[in-house]
Amino acid sequence: MIAIIDYGVGNLFSLKSSFDKIGQKTIVTGDAEEIKKADKIILPGVGAFEDAAKKLRESGLFDLVIEETKSGKPLMGICLGMQLLFDKSFEYGEHEGLGLIPGEIRSIGEVIPKDYKIPHIGWNALNIKKDCPLFKYIKDGDFVYFVHSFYGANCSDSTVATAEYGASLTAAVSKGNIYGCQFHPEKSGEVGLNILRAFCESED
Amino acid sequence: MITKRIIPCLDVKDGRVVKGVNFLGLSDVSSPVELAKFYSDNGADELVFYDITASAEGRKLFTDILCEVAKTIFIPLTVGGGINTVSDFDRVLKCGADKVSVNSGAIKNPNLISEAAKLYGDQCVVISADVKRVDGVFRVFSKGGRENTDMEAISWIKHCVDLGAGEVVLNSIDTDGVKGGFDLEMLKAVSDAVNVPVIASGGAGCIEDFTTLFKTLPKVDAGLAASIFHFGEVKIPDLKKALKKENIPIRI
Repeated sequence: MIAIIDYGVGNLFSLKSSFDKIGQKTIVTGDAEEIKKADKIILPGVGAFEDAAKKLRESGLFDLVIEETKSGKPLMGICLGMQLLFDKSFEYGEHEGLGLIPGEIRSIGEVIPKDYKIPHIGWNALNIKKDCPLFKYIKDGDFVYFVHSFYGANCSDSTVATAEYGASLTAAVSKGNIYGCQFHPEKSGEVGLNILRAFCESED
Repeated sequence: MITKRIIPCLDVKDGRVVKGVNFLGLSDVSSPVELAKFYSDNGADELVFYDITASAEGRKLFTDILCEVAKTIFIPLTVGGGINTVSDFDRVLKCGADKVSVNSGAIKNPNLISEAAKLYGDQCVVISADVKRVDGVFRVFSKGGRENTDMEAISWIKHCVDLGAGEVVLNSIDTDGVKGGFDLEMLKAVSDAVNVPVIASGGAGCIEDFTTLFKTLPKVDAGLAASIFHFGEVKIPDLKKALKKENIPIRI
């Protein structure tokens, strides 16, 4: 069973549907006991970092997520959920993250050319930098769907894929049993489903 | 490199796709679910669904259909038609829509844009504008292009972006249905004025119209069309191959 953490941020319909599609049982839950029982955890998220981190804390799941991953349970953060895995974010101030991936979240405006539009929105190619269990069924250059204005910085040790948008932006991270995708696998067609499928097969 | 998006648009009335669709190999050519799957399998980068239903029952059917579509295909979905309040946003987002496009609803109440952007993020709010030249000036039309609002189009669109719209669909009434190509002049005026993605709509008749669009106006992010895709006059895999050949960044 895969727990998709529901902490009141974003819409989980498509995410749940995509796991249904690949035949994986999920539970959308904010309940600590259910999350503890699950084999794997998905941390979704849409919106602003500060608000999401606050909601995760208020729901009592902030420390729980950290604890659960210590036992080796696979966790994947998606979009803002990936950003929450980092040490901190500089989105409108400075906010503490889960600290599971070393690095910080910064505005893409700091690194992309002035004439590039923000957010980085649309289909972009994955440049695979390192072997990662998530990429078992996909290949370098496959397209995935992005929507974001902030990105993971100073995280080169954990970066497993990037996307080119006037600068090389962190697209996916991995460190042990912790995974993160800046893009939306649940909106990236077959390629995205194959990434989710690979995550489901990842070992403790 | 971000790719240019090719977007088929489906008009849905009482849960069925209208405006004749003519496909071989589909058991039910007016089923939104089957069509969505067909387009997704054939390389559409995103789908737009317009709810053209007037009745409450039709609206309920539309959201049911949307849920079905979102369970079946996993590419971005934009929904428009009948979006007048934040609760309309909520209704379609809960069914798996990623973006919501507003048109007449924003003309009646521009604050709808800022309210929705605050709740769901700029990326979720699409301003769709039906624009027509009147005495040489671009004017915004409402009610499906029937009523001249007298508002100047470029300043209206800029205003909407300032309020929080994260994307613009520009539908030129002048070129719509003519199949003589996109309205490059109007599109240039809009894409020079805003720094959010602009989607061209109205006028595509053949593959070359898309090539010309992206070559002439590199700032335009996507091309939207309905009947030429529905009738198979332009097949998306052929279109994408042609664009790639012209070195236009495209997802294949």
